[in-house]
Amino acid sequence: MSDYIPVFFTLVFAAVIVAVMVSLNRILGPRTEANAIKDAVFECGNEPTGTAWGVRFAIKFYLVALLFIVFDVEVVFMYPWAVIFRELGWFGFVEMMVFMGILVVGYMYAWRKGALEWR
Amino acid sequence: MSPLIFYPVAAAAVLSALAVVTARSPVRSAMALVATLVSLAACFAMLQAHLVAALQIIVYAGAVMVLFLFVIMLLNLQDDPPETGRAGLRFGAGGVAVVLAGGFAKVLWEHSAGDGAVLAESFGTTKVVARSLFSDYLVPFELTSVLLLVAVVGAVVLARRDDAPGQD
Amino acid sequence: MSLWAIGAVKSLLVLVFVLQLSAFLLWIERKGSALIQNRIGANRANIFGVVPFNLGFLNTLVADPIKMFTKEDFIPAGCDRFLHALAPFMALFPALITFAAIPFGDSIVLGGETVELRVVDLDVGLLYILAMVSMGVYGAVIAGWASNNRWALLGSIRGSAQMISYELAMGLALVSVVLSYGTLDMQDMVHAQGRTVLGFLPAWGVFFQPVAFIIIFVAGMAESKRVPFDIPEAESELIAGYFTEYSGGKQASFMLADFAEVVVVAGLVTTLFFGGWQFPWLAADGFHLPLMGTIEVSALVVTLLQLMAFSLKVLFFCWLQILVRWTVPRFRYDQLMDLGWKGMLPIALANVVFTAALILARGEGS
Repeated sequence: MSDYIPVFFTLVFAAVIVAVMVSLNRILGPRTEANAIKDAVFECGNEPTGTAWGVRFAIKFYLVALLFIVFDVEVVFMYPWAVIFRELGWFGFVEMMVFMGILVVGYMYAWRKGALEWR
Repeated sequence: MSPLIFYPVAAAAVLSALAVVTARSPVRSAMALVATLVSLAACFAMLQAHLVAALQIIVYAGAVMVLFLFVIMLLNLQDDPPETGRAGLRFGAGGVAVVLAGGFAKVLWEHSAGDGAVLAESFGTTKVVARSLFSDYLVPFELTSVLLLVAVVGAVVLARRDDAPGQD
Repeated sequence: MSLWAIGAVKSLLVLVFVLQLSAFLLWIERKGSALIQNRIGANRANIFGVVPFNLGFLNTLVADPIKMFTKEDFIPAGCDRFLHALAPFMALFPALITFAAIPFGDSIVLGGETVELRVVDLDVGLLYILAMVSMGVYGAVIAGWASNNRWALLGSIRGSAQMISYELAMGLALVSVVLSYGTLDMQDMVHAQGRTVLGFLPAWGVFFQPVAFIIIFVAGMAESKRVPFDIPEAESELIAGYFTEYSGGKQASFMLADFAEVVVVAGLVTTLFFGGWQFPWLAADGFHLPLMGTIEVSALVVTLLQLMAFSLKVLFFCWLQILVRWTVPRFRYDQLMDLGWKGMLPIALANVVFTAALILARGEGS
């Protein structure tokens, strides 16, 4: 319980500091009347048409996110392994090599299929 | 576990979970889910499971939810129109909710407060978790890698299809 | 009561350290870039003309926030107002609290109580940092989405893809560091670096994990989204990237988050690879100099020297990052992703295998 006191204070203080930073302009800043031209989003001077929420992205970004999850889960398994690695010895080494080996196959597959290429 | 910290955190988890289903905008809904996952991580931390709490944030809040957001943005999901019709779906969902609530009520009824087990000093430390993971649960651990391999292959295959010549 | 007081003081101390250093870096960057580009740099700030000479960073540090916070709070039409306000919060908040896990001194005895000189006293300190770094993605994603601006949205997608890619390389490199130390507790890591090797060299992590150091440092710079990794805010392509539609304090939050990440990376690198708060050859009872014997020093002086050593090391790595930022041109996006996925990821993986094999070959395993 006592371990969490400083954490609690950090969260509260940081939240207050950031909240002040984000909202201070409401109080200190000037307020001008709204008008369509001023409120428009800035797209290099072109008049924005419709919303930006219809923009289509390359499927690549989605693929990167998926590959990230897979390898992130792999990495996450490696932390507990690394902590007790000296206890496990060669047994642990072989264990992790099998685990890693299977995922390296996946990595090589993604590479060969061009999933990591950006054209 | 201090009730002073537990109740606010638990309330945050429940309220943000409610926001996940009630929010109209899918992005807001996803952010509410992030809040739920982080509050759950806080609950884990208070149960001395520090490793699980950290992993909860790294994997779920930090990785899976990024993918969710990407999918929402890629699929260009607009605000959810109010659900009309499909009464059967509603009744089905309501039925499941009632059954779940009943299950929780039963568990709460049977176990009064203070029923909890006494934890060993080393409970939840990285070393203890690691020891059981790399001895008792070795086979599931190794099988996980196969599962992850399937995920990689699936993702690459699905993404390839869209990249056929003429599209782009 | 004292527990609460100590907790409050410690957390405030660390937050103020990060905030002050971040703001200070803003000035260092302006002056430093001027130095590098052979010009004078920020020298116009003045207090109503009363102070005739340029007070340098003090003026700039006061003038910048005043200017920032008296701007109009601009919210573009058609944006998601709630998420628009949430984004700067999500960007700055994790960056500020990350430093809490980094130990800035040995435990000291204060009024009969032992006080650990760090805020988050967990056995998974390293994972806490990784968790907070992974939460930093949302600031960028939500900012671009909420702004309803095409360029901003593009910037946020680019930024988040970049951040998760480098987070992966960083996470893998951290595994080899954990292998070396055999713990996730950062205070233990710093203690382990207090020894000397070969009788004179401080046992700093960089001598054992040079590859991991380079990967973590580079990945850390990529996480802070500054040149050469500033693709998400590339001003010649995307106006200002994901924070195009922000003004005043909200925009300052994004800026400050970037600098807070610079500080965090400096702190992380210092702690993992350069002895953290360890002063070379200084133990709890005094200096143990090679060839020259022992010089005894009081406990207070030891603590002060350690705090000084930590601050100086952090400052050095902040400066190094600014130096890199003003020296190297921006990467192209494919180069950036190639470096992360095809360069640093396999090297980090090989480093893990190599480290593990080396530990066993030296007979350290059971």
